[in-house]
Amino acid sequence: MRLTLYQRRRIVNVVMLGVSGIALVFGLFWLGWILTTLLQQGFNALRPSLLTQMTPPPGSDGGLWNAIVGSLLMAAAGTAIGTPIGILAGTYLAEFGRRGWLAPATRFINDILLSAPSIVIGLFIYTVYVAQVGHFSGWAGAFALSLIVIPVVVRTTDDMLKLVPDSLREAAAALGTPNWKMVTFVCYRAARAGIITGVLLAVARISGETAPLLFTALNNQFMSTNMNAPMANLPVVIFQFAMSPYDDWQRLAWGGAILITFGVLGLNILARILFRKNA
Amino acid sequence: MNQTNVTDTKIKVNNLNFYYGAFHALKNVSMDIPPNKVTAFIGPSGCGKSTLLRTFNRLYELYPGQRAEGEISLDGENILDKKQDVTMLRTKVGMVFQKPTPFPMSIYDNIAFGVRLYEELSRNEMDNRIEWALSKAALWKEVKDKLNQSGNSLSGGQQQRLCIARGIAIKPEVLLLDEPCSALDPISTAHIEELIHELKVDYTVVIVTHNMQQAARVSDYTAYMYLGEMIEFDATDKLFTTPKQKATEDYITGKFG
Repeated sequence: MRLTLYQRRRIVNVVMLGVSGIALVFGLFWLGWILTTLLQQGFNALRPSLLTQMTPPPGSDGGLWNAIVGSLLMAAAGTAIGTPIGILAGTYLAEFGRRGWLAPATRFINDILLSAPSIVIGLFIYTVYVAQVGHFSGWAGAFALSLIVIPVVVRTTDDMLKLVPDSLREAAAALGTPNWKMVTFVCYRAARAGIITGVLLAVARISGETAPLLFTALNNQFMSTNMNAPMANLPVVIFQFAMSPYDDWQRLAWGGAILITFGVLGLNILARILFRKNA
Repeated sequence: MNQTNVTDTKIKVNNLNFYYGAFHALKNVSMDIPPNKVTAFIGPSGCGKSTLLRTFNRLYELYPGQRAEGEISLDGENILDKKQDVTMLRTKVGMVFQKPTPFPMSIYDNIAFGVRLYEELSRNEMDNRIEWALSKAALWKEVKDKLNQSGNSLSGGQQQRLCIARGIAIKPEVLLLDEPCSALDPISTAHIEELIHELKVDYTVVIVTHNMQQAARVSDYTAYMYLGEMIEFDATDKLFTTPKQKATEDYITGKFG
């Protein structure tokens, strides 16, 4: 029996929909498993002492306060260093790099940096900074994190400015607007939500990075806000404590994991709200 | 060139050639656009009328690979000359586009933005200028109570009139209109056509239009273009009643295009 064109289309449609559905379920299954494990283990670890006490030696009570403060400090410094560089470079790519080879080449290299393994960035900062000054430090961690922020912000700024229609640039230019004013008053304004979203996503990205901090900020058992000294941070604490044989350390590691996860979730939700409100 | 010739011509185009990369889009175009009149460009899509319009404020320079050769004189000065400051040129030659392009800011700031670029006005003077521009563009009554709202909150026709107000607020000498009514309903179109009639008292208006009735209604002079060439340029009543070229006649009678 020959199938009509319409019947064939229906069969292909059902098959493709089925395959896509299975792929979706497969992806969601692992994500769900990760999240339920995290929630089960993490909720047991959530207690007020996480926010009041320092990371303990094995066998005694403690919290994660020094690691939380260290993570916040380094993420803030890394973002503060990386964001302006990223936005300016992204602006160059989208607004001024239409002629010549420099912008396409930069964009290509930036994409490589974007997908560079973060451990390479950690090693790089270790070589050029930590090994030179002779000790691990919060600044070294912040520099490593800023190197992760930069390509993310460059990329989103570039993409978001490219979404600003040329008709808007033409309209500004037709009034006799100089280029820099066109970019700062018209293009940035039109792309603002997208650029802020990019920065928030970069913050979310660095808040869970372990490898670049392992070689730069290392860790600190005590509370320290000295950016020139080794600094505690959540990812490295999780890494160390989770690998340890001690139950109370492992419990703290789960607590740290759930804090980071919900922090990142919060940032993502904030980014979405901002983007939706302006778009 | 004698003196009367200069005063009777606002924009003098002489042997203008335009290229999009390798594509030769305007071929030896020459014409004299008189001051305080409305000049319309008509012709089928792709004939080069918008391209020609965009050479008058050198807007094509935003894009790499686009270039103009020849001479365009505004009040006797060649604007294609490298010495011509392009932002100053654009303050004298304003433009309104086919699609409304309000800036992502309030209605008030949409108009104040261009004015602030080259003039320092007191708050009061600025308020007056904005009311003047919006009234000229027949929009004041509709927006006077919501000047702080975003320009994007207006309807399409209102946005286009906002863009016209923005264009005239900087008090240019020449106003270029690139199919300003193509996205508008008949009522808004009528508003804008009335406005064009008023504008020519103060400005030289050049309008690109797809709509031949519109060209006949609003313009004093009409140019018919085809495939990058200026086929015929004459007073509108002459061009529409007794065209000299067969090609023009075919186009305006609808045999072609």
